[in-house]
Amino acid sequence: MTAFRTLAAIIGLCLVTAIGFVAIAWRSPIAPVPPPNTASFDRELLRRGAQLAAAGDCNACHTAPGGRAFAGGRALPTPFGTIYSTNITPDPDTGIGQWPEEAFRRALAEGVDREGRQLYPAFPYDHFTLLTQEDVSALYAFFMTREMVTATAPENEISFPLNVRMLLAGWKLFFFRQGPYQPDAAQSAEWNRGAYLSEGLAHCGACHTPRNRLGAEKASERYGGGEIEGWNAYALNEASPAPVPWDTESLRLYLKNGWHDAHGVARGPMAAVVDNLATTPDADIKAIATYVASIAGPVSAERQQAAEALVAAARNPAGKSASGTETSGEHIFHATCAGCHESERPLPFGGVNLILSTGPSGPNPHNILNVVLWGLPPADGARSPIMPGFAASLSDQQIAALLSYVRARFSDKPAWPDLEKKVREARNAGRPDTVYPAHGIDPAEAMLNRGEGP
Amino acid sequence: MTSALVTRRSVLAGTGALVVSFSSISRALTQTLDTGQREKPPLPGSLKENPFLDSWIRIEADGRITIFTGKAELGQGIKTALLQVAAEQLDVPLASLKLITADTSQTANEGFTAGSHSMQDSGTAILHAAAQARAILVVEAAKRLGVTEETLKTKSGAVIAADGRKLGYGELVSENFLHLEAQPQSPLKDPASFTVMGKSTPRVDIPAKVTGGAAYVQDMRLPGMVHARVVRPPSYSASLTNVDTAGAEKLPGVIKILRDGNFLAVVAEREFQAIKAMRALSAAAQWAQKPSLPKQSELPATVMALPSQDTAIIDRRQEGIVAAKKLEATCTRPYQAHGSIGPSCAVAVWNEESMTIWTHTQGVYPDRQAIAQMLRLPPEKVRCIHVEGSGCYGHNGADDAAADAALIARSLPGRPVRVQWMREQEHAWEPFGPAMVTKVSAALDEAGDIADWDYAVWSNTHSTRPGGAGSLLAAQHMAEPFALPAPKPIPQPEGGGDRNAIPLYHLPSARVMHHFLPAMPVRVSALRSLGAYMNVFSIESFMDELAEAAGRDPVEFRLKHLDDVRARDVVMLASERFGWDSFQRRLGRGCGFAFARYKNLAAYCAIAAEVEVERETGRARLVRAVAAVDSGQTVNPDGVINQVEGAILQSASWTLYESVGFDDTRITSIDWSTYPILRFDAVPASVDVHIIDRPGQPFLGTGETGQGPAAAAIANAVANATGKRFRDLPLTRQRIKNVIGV
Amino acid sequence: MKLKVNGSEYEIDADPDTPLLYVLRNDLALNGAKFGCGLGQCGACTVMVDGKAIFSCLTPMLVVEGKEITTVEGLGSIDNPGPLQRAFIEEQAAQCGYCIAGMIMRAQALLQKNPDASDAEVRAALEPNLCRCGTHMRILRAVRRAADLMRTAAHGSERRAP
Repeated sequence: MTAFRTLAAIIGLCLVTAIGFVAIAWRSPIAPVPPPNTASFDRELLRRGAQLAAAGDCNACHTAPGGRAFAGGRALPTPFGTIYSTNITPDPDTGIGQWPEEAFRRALAEGVDREGRQLYPAFPYDHFTLLTQEDVSALYAFFMTREMVTATAPENEISFPLNVRMLLAGWKLFFFRQGPYQPDAAQSAEWNRGAYLSEGLAHCGACHTPRNRLGAEKASERYGGGEIEGWNAYALNEASPAPVPWDTESLRLYLKNGWHDAHGVARGPMAAVVDNLATTPDADIKAIATYVASIAGPVSAERQQAAEALVAAARNPAGKSASGTETSGEHIFHATCAGCHESERPLPFGGVNLILSTGPSGPNPHNILNVVLWGLPPADGARSPIMPGFAASLSDQQIAALLSYVRARFSDKPAWPDLEKKVREARNAGRPDTVYPAHGIDPAEAMLNRGEGP
Repeated sequence: MTSALVTRRSVLAGTGALVVSFSSISRALTQTLDTGQREKPPLPGSLKENPFLDSWIRIEADGRITIFTGKAELGQGIKTALLQVAAEQLDVPLASLKLITADTSQTANEGFTAGSHSMQDSGTAILHAAAQARAILVVEAAKRLGVTEETLKTKSGAVIAADGRKLGYGELVSENFLHLEAQPQSPLKDPASFTVMGKSTPRVDIPAKVTGGAAYVQDMRLPGMVHARVVRPPSYSASLTNVDTAGAEKLPGVIKILRDGNFLAVVAEREFQAIKAMRALSAAAQWAQKPSLPKQSELPATVMALPSQDTAIIDRRQEGIVAAKKLEATCTRPYQAHGSIGPSCAVAVWNEESMTIWTHTQGVYPDRQAIAQMLRLPPEKVRCIHVEGSGCYGHNGADDAAADAALIARSLPGRPVRVQWMREQEHAWEPFGPAMVTKVSAALDEAGDIADWDYAVWSNTHSTRPGGAGSLLAAQHMAEPFALPAPKPIPQPEGGGDRNAIPLYHLPSARVMHHFLPAMPVRVSALRSLGAYMNVFSIESFMDELAEAAGRDPVEFRLKHLDDVRARDVVMLASERFGWDSFQRRLGRGCGFAFARYKNLAAYCAIAAEVEVERETGRARLVRAVAAVDSGQTVNPDGVINQVEGAILQSASWTLYESVGFDDTRITSIDWSTYPILRFDAVPASVDVHIIDRPGQPFLGTGETGQGPAAAAIANAVANATGKRFRDLPLTRQRIKNVIGV
Repeated sequence: MKLKVNGSEYEIDADPDTPLLYVLRNDLALNGAKFGCGLGQCGACTVMVDGKAIFSCLTPMLVVEGKEITTVEGLGSIDNPGPLQRAFIEEQAAQCGYCIAGMIMRAQALLQKNPDASDAEVRAALEPNLCRCGTHMRILRAVRRAADLMRTAAHGSERRAP
């Protein structure tokens, strides 16, 4: 509510300078055109567009659970209300079929739709604005050749005055800088490519950078860890809570395969991201890994040493604790978790040894809570890690006891406060749909994707 | 067999009193024969091997009737169908009958319950035995009542005279009443008069299964029973180098730890204690392993490079064919798992120097022989009793679990031992359906008809079933191990890897080669329909390619090459009920058709499928399937429908998702995470099965007839939806996406 | 430890971390819940605890103390089957039947909470449970039939109410 009031105050100020403001905020519509002939697009352009759309994670927001690809309608909860993603299939009436490329470019670069309406920054045009003209053209070609789906997204659930879209022009005055990407001459070409992709299309900061009260990424805390759909998007900067620090190589493998043996498997919204990245060219993945690793900077020798000790401990079967001890949390761990998380089953399909997992070491218990409550659902017909959810079988108090035990045993961080309350909140938030099944994790299939399979 | 009959006769001793003179029976049974001049035709079904009527039917003096079958209930509903046959031909209420299934002390040796043979073998035997028993009862009644047989009727377990006098079957029997050899022909009832056969009958086993009744071997709890778990080696090549059992021995409830070579097991008072001890023992065990498995990514090449024994199963190629068009294709299938939901289980007890085993084996007699050999006992010291297990789709871990239980039980005289496998043991150690490769080339003539056909299939054996102790894992792992017997191809006409490799279509010039591969890098055996799944997938996919090349509709093209009227009937019925001619192909939606007659001698099955392919992900989903089936005389129509529905859904799962994973040493498909199968979100909107009943015709095995046609219909529908042909199983979303591209 | 199963209370003498599955099967001789995977991947062990479907193979006895545990035996008997059991018999919704008790318990939890569950909701609810025989179409039909039976029964009792 504080955010609401502050925003309202700013809006008030804006109204004072109404005339000037309207001049800024008003954008002219771009005339509709008949949907382009799908055969008119170059195959190579389409292929690149497909890779870019995947790297941009477009389907994650623009596809409703169980819905048709890119037909929109997914609910995106924000502190200001629920926004529903739009239909970006080329359907002329309910999608973007009548958008000329110029309108598509303007939406990505400026956050304004074909009709001239200001777009909410839930659509991360603050990142997409960095895209090159060529990449925008490839994306346009890709979306214009998708299957047309007639589908209208539900009305956004945002109350007055934030539902007055023109006011978003004010938000942009404060928080939006138009692109394109400016390379850093001091850095390598690979780093610049990685920065271009990460800051632009892949919009990593949209989740991994905390947001201010007005919903804008805090420039002062870049990659300091954010929140998305009830999940913690962990800090990627020096504050990263990962027990084993990330480096270029581990990031590359994780982003390519969806898991890493010293970190575990991607879950929550990140599972969808890595699924999509499976089709991204290796060089681009490497570039992203290079850039993201540079955000945290070099790892201290001390931290590196500690990490190596953890990896060694995880490999040592004697490190497993015996069952039948004191607390109920420990009992529950042994009966429900140890079967996978302390077994010989290798990753990615076995459970990660929790001393390597970031979950128990996170700044808050959101992620481990979501996983314990809702599990990891099976991918449809593809090899994927499966974990059952325990929302039905364990009470708030039992999950709190379990997580206290896990935190104490598998991290060196202080206990999470108010655990039981947090369990209750996560349970009541009821977002089992945010634990995405992982489709991109099958090593055999990954081989097939690289053309190495039968 | 002899021993079984001896046992049977001793069981029968003491019943009834009267002996019917052989001549009158013989007269009753030979009435239907035209003359006694010709050599006797063979006895029908399993009567061939087990001719005595009392191997199948026993009638007590109090009127109770027991039916015996050497076949086992595998969830296919065989109990109900056999009871229907007996009830119909004996004229008794089904509910009054008792049925004893596969038990080496009580029933005939009918080999394995496999290959869709149960109705053809046991059903036919019971059909004739029941009809002949009824005739004998009528003869006896006629004599007692002083009337002619023609004036008598049978109803509800009694023979009734025209004047209303009535003799219950129990009143008519005497000692060894039915200990007679069956005759080749029987006074079968007119199918038009059937009241039980041909009518959908609720399965006798279902009520207990849905209410928590003791329905499975897993549910057995014998007095004094203990629980065992086996620690299986981590891979085929592993040998146990060292194990410190001290830690596990100290755990609560542990009774015994058994080590015999690479066979390691633990017995505890309670089940979870056994599991905990198994985990401790597993952690303590050290194994030496070496890479022994082929590269999964090069599987087809590996399969084709194995040394092979080559047989032309038909070779009637014509010279000088003038081909207007020539096409060829290569199809591949990975190893695929049975994946029963319940891991294998058995209970065994060693009492007074004899072993009794309750097992969900498909063959109590072969299993007994193998286990006896493993234990170095005479077979009569071992009794195998079939008790249902979780779904059986061929040679899974059942026989091995029985051997495990027996080996462990022998070390604990007097205490029943229950062994159940863990999920990862079931997945890693069951014998898989073999990887296969097929190659086909064909020529079309000017008229667009098939002028020449050349087909080849490469495959391991499809049966490593017990035919000796060497087939059993426990026997292979013992310190003095038994070697796996040399694999042999299953001969035509049924065939193994070459099952259904010969198309039923009219082919003026054809050759079919079977490249049998004796070397087995991965443990393999029978999986529902054996090679038919892959051969029908290959042939029927190719038929669509040929139809397209000929510019013909796939259904029309098939009919043009089908002479068999019953085959044509199922094709036309499936196509009509599906709405083939009016199907509107839409973007991402396609339809496909396929047909086969299982083994070219069992049930006919045609399937039309509608498939949806998601362009962005490549995900293919079976949306709708319509099947038409001809099983000859249908006994339980709903049972047939249930089997064919199941075949379609299971085959859809195989076809769209399934392949066993392995690295250079270990099987890596060890659970449902690493061996995904069909889940509810991908279940079709509808599956319709239509039966063409053929009253009075022989039973045609149906349990496996759907596997191949379902796979090909789906693949053809995917091709129709995407415009691309997929010849490598399974048709995963990644494979499809890779081919359809952006 | 005391457990409430199918309306009766039992004193159980087993380690508190023993999965409920083994307590039900071996200590209480209830056959319904089955061992399938021990990993929560197949649903064969599904029972209901306080109205919710859970995997009994991964639920230690200690966390269900004092809660209402219901197994398929608690829904009816062979002579007097409950609505779901009746529906499964009437639809002949089983082949080997090993998964069916788990399916029934998951469906029971769904229909108790949502008697008018749509087909999509039934499918989504049954997603954790595997069937290998391919009985899915019949299982879906049986759940729909059971929902009808339950509704009819509910209406019947309403009408009887004064």
